[in-house]
Amino acid sequence: MDFISILSIFVLACFVGYYVVWSVTPALHTPLMAVTNAISSVIIVGALIAAAAADVPGAKWLGLLGIVLASINIFGGFAVTARMLAMYKKKEKK
Amino acid sequence: MRRLLLTIPAFVSSSPVWALECTNNPPPGSNLLLCDMMQAIEHQAVNPWVALAYLVSGVFFILALRGLSSPATSQAGNRFGMIGMLIAVVTTLATHDIANIVEILIAIAVGGAIGLVIARRIAMTAMPELVAAFHSLVGLAAVLVGWAAYLNPGAFGLLESSLRFSAELYDGTVISGASNSISPVSKVEMGLGIAIGAITFSGSVIAFLKLSGKMSGSPILLPVRHLINLGTLAVIIVLTALFAMAGPDQTLPLIVALTIAAFVIGFLLIIPIGGADMPVVVSMLNSYSGWAAAAMGFTLGNTAMIITGALVGSSGAILSYIMCRAMNRSFISVIAGGFGADASAGGGETKEQRPYKQGSAADAAFMLEQAEKVIIIPGYGMAVAQAQHALREMADLLEEKGVEVKYAIHPVAGRMPGHMNVLLAEAQVPYENVFELEDINSEFAQADVAFIIGANDVVNPAAKTDKSSPIYGMPVFDVDKAKQVFFIKRSMGGVGYAGVDNDVFYMDQTMMLLSDAKKMVEEIVKALD
Repeated sequence: MDFISILSIFVLACFVGYYVVWSVTPALHTPLMAVTNAISSVIIVGALIAAAAADVPGAKWLGLLGIVLASINIFGGFAVTARMLAMYKKKEKK
Repeated sequence: MRRLLLTIPAFVSSSPVWALECTNNPPPGSNLLLCDMMQAIEHQAVNPWVALAYLVSGVFFILALRGLSSPATSQAGNRFGMIGMLIAVVTTLATHDIANIVEILIAIAVGGAIGLVIARRIAMTAMPELVAAFHSLVGLAAVLVGWAAYLNPGAFGLLESSLRFSAELYDGTVISGASNSISPVSKVEMGLGIAIGAITFSGSVIAFLKLSGKMSGSPILLPVRHLINLGTLAVIIVLTALFAMAGPDQTLPLIVALTIAAFVIGFLLIIPIGGADMPVVVSMLNSYSGWAAAAMGFTLGNTAMIITGALVGSSGAILSYIMCRAMNRSFISVIAGGFGADASAGGGETKEQRPYKQGSAADAAFMLEQAEKVIIIPGYGMAVAQAQHALREMADLLEEKGVEVKYAIHPVAGRMPGHMNVLLAEAQVPYENVFELEDINSEFAQADVAFIIGANDVVNPAAKTDKSSPIYGMPVFDVDKAKQVFFIKRSMGGVGYAGVDNDVFYMDQTMMLLSDAKKMVEEIVKALD
């Protein structure tokens, strides 16, 4: 993809992010940080590409280490978010 | 694939740039080759289905954040996030030649197991540290990916495409090759990704150490620190520019220097920031981790990474802004650091002893029972004392007796945005009873009791009246409008983060309940029964 297409996606995504995040209720700001943490680990894509190619061993090992770090974040981030969100309960009807 | 006849100059194997001359009718006996031109991987990656899959993954991430607009839809949102991640990972694995899938699966399993164990065990009071630690991992992963891309640009499709080819000589020998040069634009993106990732990493490590108490929360102020910070930043920019322009053989020392400089500035940026400002710092680092992912997305031309990076970047920036506004501090002054440096000095000076009323749990229980409307203002002190469960029991008993109970949360009530809401949710407080500052502040005039537990600065009227106060301008709860104020506090010494005295202690309608928060609330619960 050429630079301008990528830049267009980026700029538009910034605006989407701005409006979506303002609509997040303040009560859920901590889960928001936990889940953004998990999704920013989509950087694992880069680590997978590096680890998949065997021609440069140094790059492969960096990639594998990157996969471990990003996986901690992905699994940990989504799991801790799920744990927090499960605690938000409505009032029990008595 | 096109078949072309090319004349290859003699310096073909040594030069990064080949002059290729094509002809359809080779003169006999000339130095001619039959070539297979190969398109670079960069161009193969524009397989529309792959690009579409990453786009879908990005859209799922947007839906994940959208789900958080209400607790009712939030769990579905979290699942959207997981689906998006699964799509991104599977797409990547399915579209690349994988030398050894077992290694990759082991790496995912190891990381995943560590992550799940941490997520299950972590205490909710420790969420800020956990988030800071997770940010550091994203930062470090970005550095690793950037370095991997630098060492193996071919795998990432970063080589300048026209320079990759294989050729078959007429006699059957095959030669192939690629130029080892990465385009300057890719190098700038790569350099920025590594730099932002490294800053995120070292900054988050310091934030983690400060939040978890493994390092003093008080700011460490180096002399001429602003000059050092700006200097290091300038060095990073210059190194990135040099790295982008350097020839293939000169890039290694530059990228090493760039990585080190970025690690150093992340460290220098966070050490002067005091504990009270950590909510801003955690949000800011959240933002940085997003920008690091976005920079890597630019390098790889990956839509999912760019969308995610932009979402996370904006999210962290907005949260930093909300936190700064809640403390009435400008972002610049937080970053410049030093806030809270003289907090201890403030506690030491001799203050005039003013009269205050002290009450017992029984007094408090009696008046709470008589009240029609009670507003509870919890602060971080409540979480430290682990009083939230007892507090919820107290609120339940009061509700059974027909008292209306509401919780009022200040944006800086916990150690990170929304932290207090999580702590109350953990104590099974229904979220409909929990209100934000601007939604509940007008209700204090109708409240019979304002019940302050573990909070201090957020109810200090000095923020409204005293221009010399360090917290002047910070939005605070109008507890002075309530008919009766209960203030649970360990003792009369020790005054909040900002180190300022609080007029609320000495108001006519205030009753100080001097005790450990948990013990006091448990006694009130006993008295209510």
